[in-house]
Amino acid sequence: MKKICVAGAGSIGSLFAGHLARVTEVSVLTRREEHARALNEQGLRISGRGDFTSRVTAASDPASLPEAELVILACKGTDLEALARRLAGHFAGATMMTVQNGLGAEEVAGAHGGWPLLSAVTFMSGTRHGDTHVEYVLDTATWIGPYRDTTGDDARAVAELIVSSGLKAEGFDDLRPAQWSKLIFNATVNGVAALTGLPHDFHFAQTEQPYELGNLVRGLVDEGKAVASAAGVELREDPWRMNVLATQRGHRHYPSMLEDVEAHRPTEVESINGSLVREARRHDVPVPLHTAVYTLVTAKEAGYS
Amino acid sequence: MRICIVGCGAVGSLFAANLAQLDDVDVWAYDVSREHVAAINANGLRLSGAGEVVGRLRATADPQELPPCEFGIVATKAMHTEGAIAATAHAFAAGCVATVQNGLGNEEAIAAHVERVIRGTTFPAGKIVEPGHVQWDVKGDTTLGPFEPQPAPLADIERLADSCTRAGMPTRAVPDARGPQWRKVIFNASTNPIGALTGLTHGRVCERLDLRRLVSGLVDEGKAVAAAQGIELDADPEELIDHAARPDVAYDHKASMLQDVEARRTTEIDYLNGGIVRAGREHGVPAPLNEAIWALVKGVEQSWQ
Repeated sequence: MKKICVAGAGSIGSLFAGHLARVTEVSVLTRREEHARALNEQGLRISGRGDFTSRVTAASDPASLPEAELVILACKGTDLEALARRLAGHFAGATMMTVQNGLGAEEVAGAHGGWPLLSAVTFMSGTRHGDTHVEYVLDTATWIGPYRDTTGDDARAVAELIVSSGLKAEGFDDLRPAQWSKLIFNATVNGVAALTGLPHDFHFAQTEQPYELGNLVRGLVDEGKAVASAAGVELREDPWRMNVLATQRGHRHYPSMLEDVEAHRPTEVESINGSLVREARRHDVPVPLHTAVYTLVTAKEAGYS
Repeated sequence: MRICIVGCGAVGSLFAANLAQLDDVDVWAYDVSREHVAAINANGLRLSGAGEVVGRLRATADPQELPPCEFGIVATKAMHTEGAIAATAHAFAAGCVATVQNGLGNEEAIAAHVERVIRGTTFPAGKIVEPGHVQWDVKGDTTLGPFEPQPAPLADIERLADSCTRAGMPTRAVPDARGPQWRKVIFNASTNPIGALTGLTHGRVCERLDLRRLVSGLVDEGKAVAAAQGIELDADPEELIDHAARPDVAYDHKASMLQDVEARRTTEIDYLNGGIVRAGREHGVPAPLNEAIWALVKGVEQSWQ
């Protein structure tokens, strides 16, 4: 793969673009014109785990970007529909890769063009320090699988390229075990963080007293596992274990859903918690705790005004 | 008859100022706020809103000043019961002490320090406007009855109820006061934390179907826990919830727990949902939604540390 376009230059998109530009030609589709201009003029600085600046070609209009073999759709779930609409009619020869949280991103993207689709989930995280600088914080992997007109080998090829650029990635024949592990993890941790105001820290693993949050987290994870099992998905990782390990890292991670409610922005609750609750309904699995968290976050958003 | 109000916040002030209108009752008030105490002693305790009253009474922040009293009425927030009654118990060595507080567990805390205890529930509400001045928002009834393990004699409870009623605070003495208490606890536990977690007023909580369903889920658990203890609710908490949601009642009311969360004050969650969960555990009735809500609000409190 010689040419990659990263569509959406938030922290995740910037991490992909800045790293991949070290091993291949990278273009970046931004929403704002001044963002594109800044990237073209200053390049994209990656700090945190190493410090380097990459050259990228950026534009806010897809028509002015070069063709690409792979387009990484790196916006947030809430912006994907609008982004995919902008891409309709462009990048005819490219494969599209979604990296959004939750379920259903592939369908949203695929509705706007006949591109082959790869599906991915990413656990890495970064902090934006401006339009041209992102700090690489959590160096956890991106998992990739085939979705439409693609194969496990396609997924592995992309993963290999990402690994060669300095990020972590793995390709699979079936992404669902990984995707669902992350879905359950995110629906649980992000929802609880958004409602309590707590970053993902040790409270999420405390289970000694009945009122401690770890009990709720475990209850939510157990409901999620029941849904996965009813949907015929064998989880790649136990989301409870993922939770415990993450809280032991000592880094107080602020899930995006918490940042969103604090900034009174729309959250990804629909694509994350909403998809899990809808899957549960489809498979007739009762999920009273997830329904409660989903309802509460949705209502909290409604209360912004 | 001498009555001491222990904790002269909004609800305590409603009792204190009204009871002070009676010629045959000598009212004292104990409160930790020295400003409030000084204002009451200088200018009387003023109520405005649902009733205009100025009560002349003796207030003190020093428990040693309290003379022996026939009755105590404890009206602190539930987490301050223990400290308040431990400090004032000497005044009630020959008397009876009633609670008009929210939640479960107050009677037990009082009974650890005084002999004769009165279980109570009150519906009037207000808020402190400034030291010595309380706004009386809502009128309502009070129910008093013996606390079964260490009961006050019914004749004494009737005398206290009669004084309150004559003073303009309609009060009934009943042999079993658990029904009204649980109705109010279930009401509070099912609605206050929902407001606190979402930021929505009572009316807005009730008009969202998804949230209203969650409220009913919490109510149903509370009812099951009450039933397992042989408690007969005096009315359905659902009626109270719908009644309060009316525009002319409390549609725009921010639950006290929401006010607490906005001011970053410790909430009464341990005595509301926590009380229901504890009672449920003792009687083998699971209350998973109440437990989840308990953990979430505790999480909110932990996020301030």
